[in-house]
Order: sequence, then structure tokens, then C-alpha cells
Amino acid sequence: MCLAIPGRIESITDPAPATRRGRVDFGGVVKEIHLVFVPEAEVGDYVLAHVGCAISRIDEEVAVRTLAELSGDAP
Amino acid sequence: MKHLDEYRDADLVQRCAQRIADCVTRPWTLMEVCGGQTHAIVRHGLDELLPDGVRLVHGPGCPVCVTPTAILDKAHEIANRPEVIFCTFADMLRVPGTATDLFEVKARGGDVRIIHTPLDAIEIAEAAPDREVVLFAVGFETTAPANALCVVEARRRRLRNFSLLVSHVLVPPAMEAILRADDCRVQGFLAAGHVCSVMGVSEYRPLAARYRVPIVVTGFEPVDILHGILLCVRQLEQGRHEVENQYERAVRPDGNEAALQLVREVFTVTDRAWRGMGSIEHSGLSLAPAYRDLDALQRFGALTGPDDAPGECLSGEVLQGRRRPDECPAFGTRCTPDHPLGATMVSAEGACAAYYRYRPVPVGAESVDDAGAVRELGAVHDTGAPTGTSALRDTGEART
Ligand code: SF4
Repeated sequence: MCLAIPGRIESITDPAPATRRGRVDFGGVVKEIHLVFVPEAEVGDYVLAHVGCAISRIDEEVAVRTLAELSGDAP
Repeated sequence: MKHLDEYRDADLVQRCAQRIADCVTRPWTLMEVCGGQTHAIVRHGLDELLPDGVRLVHGPGCPVCVTPTAILDKAHEIANRPEVIFCTFADMLRVPGTATDLFEVKARGGDVRIIHTPLDAIEIAEAAPDREVVLFAVGFETTAPANALCVVEARRRRLRNFSLLVSHVLVPPAMEAILRADDCRVQGFLAAGHVCSVMGVSEYRPLAARYRVPIVVTGFEPVDILHGILLCVRQLEQGRHEVENQYERAVRPDGNEAALQLVREVFTVTDRAWRGMGSIEHSGLSLAPAYRDLDALQRFGALTGPDDAPGECLSGEVLQGRRRPDECPAFGTRCTPDHPLGATMVSAEGACAAYYRYRPVPVGAESVDDAGAVRELGAVHDTGAPTGTSALRDTGEART
């Protein structure tokens, strides 16, 4: 039930803060997702969506850094 | 898919496994809290990549599994009423109560609707003003914001025919209940990343300090989980017990402010019974006083009956990491997804369902013990279930 999946915001369909929504692309499947909880997320950002609501914006910089650390030879 | 595929890379998985092997000098027992992590571990065979002595035990992080029988019985009673449209996630359909399940209620004519987002229930209620629409609001901290949004939306649209049957649970009190047990074997936790996306990490600090246990906030993909294990065993080897964040890309230390604000407005913390585990103090959410008129229990009567169904199901033991699902005598024989004795066999995040799906009892084995023996010999690998890293590159199914 806590499954959440990352998707890219394609467009904002309702910009009002209390009902903010947008179309989010999950690897080719586009769905309308509630964006009330990620007011900072804009078109092009990746968000983590859970039961139709984005619960977090994915921090690209951190993602790149984590992967680089893991791929590197540092212990 | 970006932000998924990178964390299923077979090379990276092997590197992480090697680093774990390089750093471990003693046996350690870790618990992954979330059922989603359990499924990833069993599905991809991640536990089989760990050095001898590093053991994963499965935790209570499946809200479907811990929904008490009394609430399920109430759900079935409400869903049976002719005026009601009962809205639920598909996961709850096969969870057995005392006498029936929602699937059967639906088959017998109950208007049970499967929703993908709680907000669907709002649309259904608006479109059917002459019916009573009830939302089965289950979940952990992760799901609470979506359900809170429904409550606010119902108010905004002045819906009079909408209510919620709330069975929300909170993760940190359950972790503490596990740590408090005299026979607790858990030495480190992989905390549930998506719960922390909402809640942040601060609630774990007192737990880590009081019980001297490392807690690593961890994601759900194979690389995430092995990375979480690496950080956790590294702390254990070094004698540290801190809160660390493996899932930094999606978890801010303070969580999601906007979501938390709404959850605190709509819900209030309450004691809650966990199926198989008993009542845990301050471990649930119920509607705040200002929203009690939307409580389905106010409309359809209070709970009666037992929190737990009597029977042979050992899900409480499974959910606290005391037993593996395949150590339950009923596993795969008297208890299967078609004839479940417990919720952990039917929930998409239930540990018993994960073992049944990915580590089934081989044909011809007399018992689970035989199955274990056969598996030890490496003879059970043509089940179609992915093991090891072979499946790491499969594409992510839509999992919202
Ligand atoms: S195998 Fe079935 S009976 Fe045994 S613990 Fe799991 S759900 Fe309960």
C-alpha cells in the first residue's frame, strides 16, 4: 500500500494551490496526479506518486550523487 | 523508467553486495519494516546475495495486513447495506474478516467499488447524491495525506453523503513495540522510505538512541535496499546507532511540510489495535473532532467484536519478524491466496503472499520442511519466479 512510483510532470492542469493537479508521465503511461503536496514541483520535475497524489519531489542532484558514490570505487 | 531502472542495475547490485560482504565480520539481524521492501527482497532474491550470518527478518509494514478484524467486519456490514457504495483499494478485497470478505460481499450484490486514489470516492459521492459513499481509509503515514485531502475536499464540496471508515496506522510506535519485546532479535532497521517522505526522520532519532539500534531510511529498489543494508551493517560493525538516510532523493529530513500540515489538521493520534499484534499506544490516526461527522462509525454504528479473528493464522508472528511465512504450518497448504487464513497471504505487500508467489512450495514436497530442504539443494529454481539478479532489469509495473 505504500508503493509509490516516480514520474515526470508534463503539464499543470489545475494551478490553484488547494486543488493543484498535473499530468504526470510514468514511463509512457500518463496520469492525472494531485500535486497539492508538492507546491514546489514544476513541469519537468520528477515526483513520487502514491495513490494518485505526489508525496515528494525527487531531488535530481542527490540522485546523481548517490549513484555516483555507489558506482565509484570508494568503500 | 528514470529513477527506477538505475536502481535495478545488475552490476550495481553486485557491487553493493560485495561491499556488504567486505564490511561484515559478524552475524547481524536486520528488519526491513515495509512490506514493499519485503516483496522486492523476496522477488529479486536479495537476501540470497548477503553474506552468511546477515539475516533479514520481515516487519509489520503492511497496513492491509494489520487492519483489525473488528474493522473488517464493520466494513463488510456497511458494504452490505443497499444504500451504500463502498470504496476500497483492491488490496482489501480478499482480506478475511470473521465471516466473509469484501470480494464475497461484492459477488452477492454489495456495491463495492475499487478505487485507485481516495479522491475517486469524492467524485463517486458527488455523482450519486442519493447514495451513501463510504471510503475505507487504510494506510500508513504515506497514505494519510491523500485521505486527508479527501476529507477537506468533501467539506469544500459540502458533500453530505460521504464518510470514511478510518483504520490508519503509524510506523514508529510499531517499531518501538518490536524493540520493547524481551525476545527482540532485531539489531538494525531499514525504515520505510515512503513513510519517511511524508513524516521525515526526526521521530526515529529517540528510538535509535534509546534502543541503541541503527535506523536507515531505505528505498524500494534492489540497489536501494542493498545500499540500506550496507549503511546499516557498517554502523553495527562500527558500534554506531544513528538515523541515516539512504533514500535522500525522495526523503527530506523534515518530511513533506504541506502534507503533514493537512494530516495534522484532519486527523488525531489514537491508540490502535494491530491485527495479530494487539493494541499499540498512539499507533493510529482517527478523524479530528472537527471532522467526526464524516466518521462512518458515527453514521453506521460503533465497532463490535474482536480485534483478532481466532484461528491458526500466525500473521502476528510473521509481522514481528519472529517467524518466516514458510515456517507457518498452514503456508501453501491450508492457506493460499485463493483460500487465505490471514491478510498477509492476500495483501500485495504481505510477507506470506511474497513467499507464496516467489518461493512456492515445490510440487512433490511433503511439507514446508521438505520444501526448505529441496530449496537448500538448489532444486527449486524453475518455478518461473525470478531469483538472484536475473530479474533486476525487468520493467517496473505501474504501481501507483
Ligand atoms: S501462511 Fe497463512 S495462516 Fe500462516 S501466517 Fe501467513 S496468512 Fe497466516
